[in-house]
Amino acid sequence: MGMDLLSLYETMVKIRLFDTKAEELFLEGKIPGFIHSYVGEEAIATGVSANLRPDDYITSTHRGHGHMIAKGADVKKMMAELYGKKTGYCKGKGGSMHIMDFSLGVLGANGVVGGGIPIAVGAGMSIKLVKKSDQVVVCYFGDGASNRGTFHEGLNWASVYKLPVIFVCENNMYASTAYMPETTSVQDISSRAVAYNMPGIAVDGNDVLAVYEAAKEAIERARKGEGPTLIEAKTYRLKGHFVGDPELYRSKEEVKKFWEKEPIGRFEKLLFEKGILTEIKKKEIWDKIKNEIEEAVKFAEKSEFPPPEDALTDMFIDDRKYDY
Amino acid sequence: MREITFSEAICEAIREEMEKNPAIFTYGEDIAKQGGIFGTYKCILGKFKEKVIDTPISEEVIYGSAVGAALAGGRPIVEFHFADFLFTGMCSIVNQIMKIRYMSGGQGKLPIILRGPDGVARSAAAHHSQSIETVFMHIPGIKVVIPSTPYDAKGLMKTALRSDDPVIFFEHKRLYKTKGPVPEEEYLIPFGEADIKREGDDVTVIATSRMVLESLEAAKELEEEGISVEVIDLRTLVPWDKETVVKSIKKTHKAVIAHETWKRAGWGAEVASTIYEEAFEYLDAPIKRVGAKNVPHPFSPPLEEAVVPDKRDVVNAIKEVLENV
Ligand SMILES: Cc1ncc(C[n+]2csc(CCOP(=O)(O)OP(=O)(O)O)c2C)c(N)n1
Repeated sequence: MGMDLLSLYETMVKIRLFDTKAEELFLEGKIPGFIHSYVGEEAIATGVSANLRPDDYITSTHRGHGHMIAKGADVKKMMAELYGKKTGYCKGKGGSMHIMDFSLGVLGANGVVGGGIPIAVGAGMSIKLVKKSDQVVVCYFGDGASNRGTFHEGLNWASVYKLPVIFVCENNMYASTAYMPETTSVQDISSRAVAYNMPGIAVDGNDVLAVYEAAKEAIERARKGEGPTLIEAKTYRLKGHFVGDPELYRSKEEVKKFWEKEPIGRFEKLLFEKGILTEIKKKEIWDKIKNEIEEAVKFAEKSEFPPPEDALTDMFIDDRKYDY
Repeated sequence: MREITFSEAICEAIREEMEKNPAIFTYGEDIAKQGGIFGTYKCILGKFKEKVIDTPISEEVIYGSAVGAALAGGRPIVEFHFADFLFTGMCSIVNQIMKIRYMSGGQGKLPIILRGPDGVARSAAAHHSQSIETVFMHIPGIKVVIPSTPYDAKGLMKTALRSDDPVIFFEHKRLYKTKGPVPEEEYLIPFGEADIKREGDDVTVIATSRMVLESLEAAKELEEEGISVEVIDLRTLVPWDKETVVKSIKKTHKAVIAHETWKRAGWGAEVASTIYEEAFEYLDAPIKRVGAKNVPHPFSPPLEEAVVPDKRDVVNAIKEVLENV
């Protein structure tokens, strides 16, 4: 992907509409498990992924729908996975928090906070030692994950071996109910990069172009073999931690204040100013994407659940006579 | 046939496969400069330069990176230094390596080997002595290999290195220096096939790793008393060879299970209940289990000896089983 402003916009809208729909379906009781909404954070995955090639890798998180869509995932297979259907990305074995598409380079959304960091480091090792290519790995994680051991182990390691990993910390100010300034030793998570001898860049995570530029530089560095970068994208989690979160830990006023800075409306303003977007074009885009999401819902609803015997497949490649 | 040590056998398997397959690389703590703390990498010392890598002491990343390394086209062999330190990176192993293929609905392949020393050394105490293979047999998602001889170690390691599934490979510290015949020609030993290390008619001992050697010693001693002991070496715990075990029970009608890991809920409990489920009517006496006492491993030699099982415990267990007939 190059930086085509309208395509950035479309990707953000697609993420917004997918997660808005997922929330609605969850509240209707159609989707089991948990849904963690990426609403308000669309600019990050969109701005980063616009710099990625299909053969680049990402590792994602429990809040991963946006990362997947920005990397080009099929919303039908995503929606079917949310429903637990056989046609889903993981045949119903993963669900919302664990959507993966190894062929797209998506090495897994992850239910373990900070769990994707070692995986990203490992992909970087194989790129460097086996593939000897200029592929890169983008590793998404939250501010909460930056307090985990894997973050500190992973950044040190990637730095020592100059691995082509771009660490993208999505600082949405909360880790579940925990307010970031009350649980984190630094004001800017990007400042932690100093300890690992790599560039640390703080960027407005609600500004898709700012994210794009920061990621572009980091990715170019990584492709040239100059090693990892830590990007902290400062944003805000507009929805609850999960759909259904009573949100007792923050005020409605605070949330309202941040809705005014949400990334899609803000980017729209710019596109209107530049004459790239018109009301007609905008409606066209939203209708087209709404339609695509509706199709995905239909596909998911029409699809079959996996039969119970499927529970015993897919563990090992070599399935001969093994008793699990 | 030439004789080589257990640790040389493992190294040979790794060297031969690395020569064939450029996707294999190996990393861990303290492996590159001296060939590993137990000399397991001596035969590749100075070879494969950038493919034998010392890592920081970062176990979550040492183990977790294997997933990304495999999915991005590599075949990582990860040394875990001491089995005890598997616990410091356990989340990566259990929640990532062991689950990601299943959770992805069977996408991709995960040719990952975690290998390294386990079991008692001498007075290494509770942070460097544990046998923890049962943990990985209990949690689904990884194949568990635990050889007792150089021959088995090489053949199983070769199979592991060609497997597209994750494998954890336990090498007992006290076995590293033991010698045994290993052919020069290539051979592979499939997973899930136990080896009858000694045939006998009166009682079956099912063992792994160092306890296979202790059980063979026990069998030799009892032979003088006219007792004929069959010793089965399971060699792999996931998958494990029920058929060979059940067949033997149908012949001897008596069983002793011997492992170095703790007796309480050790893998012997699984084997025993499987025998009860599948061959109860063939048993002439209750099954006996030999395992470590249920305490952390103590430092002082007489205490350690009291906790860790050996030949004497196997002899006693066999005698008790025979008395119970
Ligand atoms: C290792 C681990 N600990 C705890 C949890 C439970 N949990 C799930 S999401 C979450 C908060 C994560 O916060 P952050 O990393 O900032 O990501 P965000 O949800 O804000 O996107 C917690 C505590 C978990 N999934 N994994």
